[in-house]
Amino acid sequence: MSDQPSSTFVASRHAPVPPWRDIRYIQAFLQIVFLIAVVAFGYTLIHNLVSNLADNRMAITFKAFDRPFGTNISEGTSNFDPATTSNWEALWIGFRNTLRVVAIGLVGTTILGVLIGIGRLSSNFLVRLVANFYIEVFRNTPLLVQLYFIYRGLRVTMPERVQDSIKLPGPVFVNRRAINFPLIEGTDTAWLFYLLFGIGLAVGIGLWVWRLRVQDRTGQPASVLRWFVPTILLFGAVGWLVAGGPFSIQNPELKRFNFEGGDKLSMEYLTLTLGLILYTAAFVADIVRAGIQAVPHGQIEAARAQGFSGGQTLRLIVLPQALRLIIPPLGNQYLNLAKNSSLGVAIGFFDVYNIASIISNQTGQSVAVFAVMMAIYLGLSLTISVVMNAVNYSMRLRSR
Amino acid sequence: MKHNTRWIGLLLALVMLTALAVPTASAQESILDQVRARGSLICGVNGGLPGFGYLDPDSGEMLGFDADFCRALAAAVFGEVTADNLVFVQLTAQERFTAVQNRQVDVLFRNATWTVQRDAELGLDFGPVNFYDGQGVMVPRDLGVASLDDMDGASICVLTGTTTELNITEAMEKRGFSYELVKFERPAETIGGLEEGRCDALTSDISQLAGLRSGTADPGRYIILPDVISKEALSAAYIEGDPAWADVVKWTVYATMQAEEYGITQANLDEAMASTEASIQRFLGQGDQASGLLLGLDNDFVVNVIRAVGNYGEIFERNVGINTPLALERGLNALWTDGGLHYPPDWR
Repeated sequence: MSDQPSSTFVASRHAPVPPWRDIRYIQAFLQIVFLIAVVAFGYTLIHNLVSNLADNRMAITFKAFDRPFGTNISEGTSNFDPATTSNWEALWIGFRNTLRVVAIGLVGTTILGVLIGIGRLSSNFLVRLVANFYIEVFRNTPLLVQLYFIYRGLRVTMPERVQDSIKLPGPVFVNRRAINFPLIEGTDTAWLFYLLFGIGLAVGIGLWVWRLRVQDRTGQPASVLRWFVPTILLFGAVGWLVAGGPFSIQNPELKRFNFEGGDKLSMEYLTLTLGLILYTAAFVADIVRAGIQAVPHGQIEAARAQGFSGGQTLRLIVLPQALRLIIPPLGNQYLNLAKNSSLGVAIGFFDVYNIASIISNQTGQSVAVFAVMMAIYLGLSLTISVVMNAVNYSMRLRSR
Repeated sequence: MKHNTRWIGLLLALVMLTALAVPTASAQESILDQVRARGSLICGVNGGLPGFGYLDPDSGEMLGFDADFCRALAAAVFGEVTADNLVFVQLTAQERFTAVQNRQVDVLFRNATWTVQRDAELGLDFGPVNFYDGQGVMVPRDLGVASLDDMDGASICVLTGTTTELNITEAMEKRGFSYELVKFERPAETIGGLEEGRCDALTSDISQLAGLRSGTADPGRYIILPDVISKEALSAAYIEGDPAWADVVKWTVYATMQAEEYGITQANLDEAMASTEASIQRFLGQGDQASGLLLGLDNDFVVNVIRAVGNYGEIFERNVGINTPLALERGLNALWTDGGLHYPPDWR
């Protein structure tokens, strides 16, 4: 009798738990139910969309993309033929325009953001004040407002008549519509120049690496630029002579209404690029500031103690360590910049969003067009993400 | 606790599912019944185009040629226009057709051009034409241009997502000209582009050009070139496959034209109602002859329409006519009896 309770206890411990009370089964079951619910939810949404469109005699089709675009794109194209350019090709032109803005925007915003971020920590009162003022103004007003402000501002301050354009050396002409500048094109022999320049670049990089090794071995200053620059200049000059002037220059000429020939940057392009750089740089500046401040102060003191100058401390000690902290949030800002480029439609810039909405309007295929557009922006954002993750990985702290 | 939240999430998902799985019951119901049940007509208009659909800066009321056709329709359905039974929704050129497809608006009176592609592919029905327009080009007087043929190399502002951007492209390509199109989403931005020298010219429907010009600081600065590069049949638009509602819209528009043909105005409406002439009795739904009843409306809906907005001529002259800032001639928009194109079918 006295053994009875303990033996029951042992038996119940080892008895199999029925599946409906086993936490593992319950969890698996719930996962499956949840998956079914999500799939059913998604299916219902799509089914409703398709059947509602069918009720309204509309079917989703991608055939509309094969039709001619039908109207002009005055940005990033030459000899555009609206009758033969399909909607796909028009989208591609729009995407290239978006890339032109985003690429320049990323570079510009990084440079400006780092400068302002450092400025915010400057010991100079005036520099600090300007940096703070800049950040607060640009971070706390909507980008759309800033774009309109810049666009209208550029428009009313530049010369109204094309004939009265500001002439800069080059010749470069600035008016309300665009900045016109000479078009530089490679001639038939330009490949010789590119070839020799490329060889020069390879040799220059080789010398650069060699000098760094010498520095590691002997402790002599590397002075890489003193070797690198003359090398590529030499090869470039030889290439220029061999190719016999590899470039032709076509100057813009004033015609009845506009400058023709030459190349140009439209006011819309300039506004959007400038607006994105100014806006995003305010965020980047604060990220840079935070990254620098996160570097332990002892590092700076140690650098000073070893005789590093202020600039050297920043360049060789602080920034490399700050970079590791800056990269992840910086990637977010790069993504914001890429996505915000779609605001160009407000000022009539022919980016991929603008082109897509024209196609959507002219064909009525809004669902198909917006699906393609989302895929394009997703692709762009994921590419930036992948690159930034790779950079982040290579910068990670290696513990030994 | 953890399990509880999971069950709640699951429950929510199921509730949403059932809510979605129920077919939208209203899909097959006529818009006429929906409007009646709702007690108000939702009408899509421009909102930023003087003369056609714009907010009066003093009263905040939606005024204009298109807005008056919305009023006519509200009067046809409800007997009179009150503050509650007519809702205006302002739409851009980009948004307008989607708004009809999604049934956000019951009808669109927003200087929309009737084209075969839109009629066939957008899930919309059009008609009747309430304004015959054509696309023109407006330039500053001091540009010294006499016709579109002088405009090789010009920059032209245009509204995006419209037939006008296609027409100007064809017109310039046909001439073999180089040109730059500067495209904006709102009419105010296109006229701003012309005023501030971003473009040499502005192209749009001539009625729109006149409307936009009237809103500039110095309307005398601009001239509309004689070139008419397209036909623009501006018309009402509504969802496809709703014949009852289509009939109501059509015959309300025709009623304003027929009233002008019979010489019935807001002023002499009471006299006309007392008329013994059979055709007028039938038109106004007096006596025992069916008029509005055929359409599922009050038999005397024409009386309500005329009382609310007057006949076609009155609507035209009040909003865009020769004595308004737009100063448009009747031209093609006169009745067929006066050499125009408006020809309402027989009221019988």
